[in-house]
Amino acid sequence: MIKVDVKKKLFGPDGEFWLDIDFEIEKNEFLAVFGKSGTGKTTLLRIIAGLEVADEGYIEFNGKVYFDSRRGINLPPQKRNIGFVFQNYALFPNMTVYQNLLYAYNDKKKADEILEKVELYQLKDRYPSTLSGGQQQRVALARALMRNPDILLLDEPLSALDPSIRSKLQEELKSIHKNFGLTSLIVSHDIVEVFKLADRVILINKGKIEKIGKPRDIFIEKQISGKFSFYAEVIDIMESDILNIAVLEVNGNLIEVVVDEDLKVGDRVLVGVKGFNPIVKKLK
Amino acid sequence: MEVLKTLEWSPFVLTFKVAFITTFLLLIIGIIIAYFLSYSKFKMKSVFEALIALPLVLPPSVLGFYLLLIMGKNGFLGKFWEKIAGHYLAFHFEGIVIASIIFSFPFMVQPLIAGFRSIPKSLIEASYTLGKSKLKTLLYVILPNMKASIITGITLTFAHTLGEFGVVLMIGGNIEGETRVVSIAIYDSVEKLDYTTAHVYSAILFGISFLVLFIVYSLNRKLEVKF
Repeated sequence: MIKVDVKKKLFGPDGEFWLDIDFEIEKNEFLAVFGKSGTGKTTLLRIIAGLEVADEGYIEFNGKVYFDSRRGINLPPQKRNIGFVFQNYALFPNMTVYQNLLYAYNDKKKADEILEKVELYQLKDRYPSTLSGGQQQRVALARALMRNPDILLLDEPLSALDPSIRSKLQEELKSIHKNFGLTSLIVSHDIVEVFKLADRVILINKGKIEKIGKPRDIFIEKQISGKFSFYAEVIDIMESDILNIAVLEVNGNLIEVVVDEDLKVGDRVLVGVKGFNPIVKKLK
Repeated sequence: MEVLKTLEWSPFVLTFKVAFITTFLLLIIGIIIAYFLSYSKFKMKSVFEALIALPLVLPPSVLGFYLLLIMGKNGFLGKFWEKIAGHYLAFHFEGIVIASIIFSFPFMVQPLIAGFRSIPKSLIEASYTLGKSKLKTLLYVILPNMKASIITGITLTFAHTLGEFGVVLMIGGNIEGETRVVSIAIYDSVEKLDYTTAHVYSAILFGISFLVLFIVYSLNRKLEVKF
């Protein structure tokens, strides 16, 4: 189990505020930190990794203290058993895919095994600059796994990718998390992503925890029956006299639904059933 | 071609010896200093940056004069050197090497600082989160990804040392085989009205300098790293 309880003064666009976060992560849990940009999400992740120092607080990994401001303990990132995946991948351009993995931990058998699992074995002798964004991020993930980290820290790992690749990588990330028995903490501002991946969500605003719980409890208002609902994206809207008809994409299927809410193409929505009629609710 | 047969080659040997040693030592010193100036925050940083850039604006004679005072028989460096080597630094080979290092400082350090700053912070942090020490990160991640800056620093230092005149004249004088580098030999020939020798020395130095720069710039294009 990982315990985090930290405070740090941050400087946002509206002046200074305190990042003040206290939570625990269970083993094999996939936890998401969700919030607008500038609320301290990434700083929190960097504090856990040891890349930034909290003003005060306490961080403990499976009984080992990584940070304790009162006792003056602050382990450097090198001594913390973490895997960090950066938004811009941070692959070493001077090394091939294989060398990137071996630099993390010099074990060829293990590198082969991980590369097979993430389906990158064919690309192992390529340099990062010759790979697509999605491939680079999978390499970064593979590299982070080389050292068997106690926790995988993901800082908006998919935000620089195209929506179609992002969706595919979310599935992969989920299965990697399961197959490798990882404990993961992702920072994201994408509701669908958080929803797909996380077991629990911490919603933070201005440095404070606003809500903590299952994605469904946090994001979905209880107006829709939870038994039959899907996340969808608005592809097209046909306006008719009284009602509008929206074309929605639900996991690769296109459906037409009558909508009364004011929607735009590209909006993320939840489709559910109330009574016998499908209803569409815009996600905030 | 008669001229080439009778030409005294020792100034060239000496010039290249000074240039190689200076470049090599300055590369090591430069990497250490540029690393600290690029990545650490301290109050006196601007003072150091100004000191390093000073040789760019000071006349070589000013620098040479102060170095002469330090390295001469009454200077602290001169006295110190006499104890370990048995002679003063001024008017000796080691003296002009030290003077060259100081004089070429900005030519090495400034490209290196630019190189260090061009490395994305996340690359360094990624290496740290993979458990690698600062030294290992420097050797395996930072330096290999700033080859272009390192080569620029080496070239500028080398070329600058080849063509150095004022400081060497002040510190080393004009002693054959010890301190008479090509630039001094040219000056010496002109003073003796031996224009033929001056011509040959100048032409050779011109050709070599151009060649060195040309090779490096074409090499540099191939080494550019994309992040």
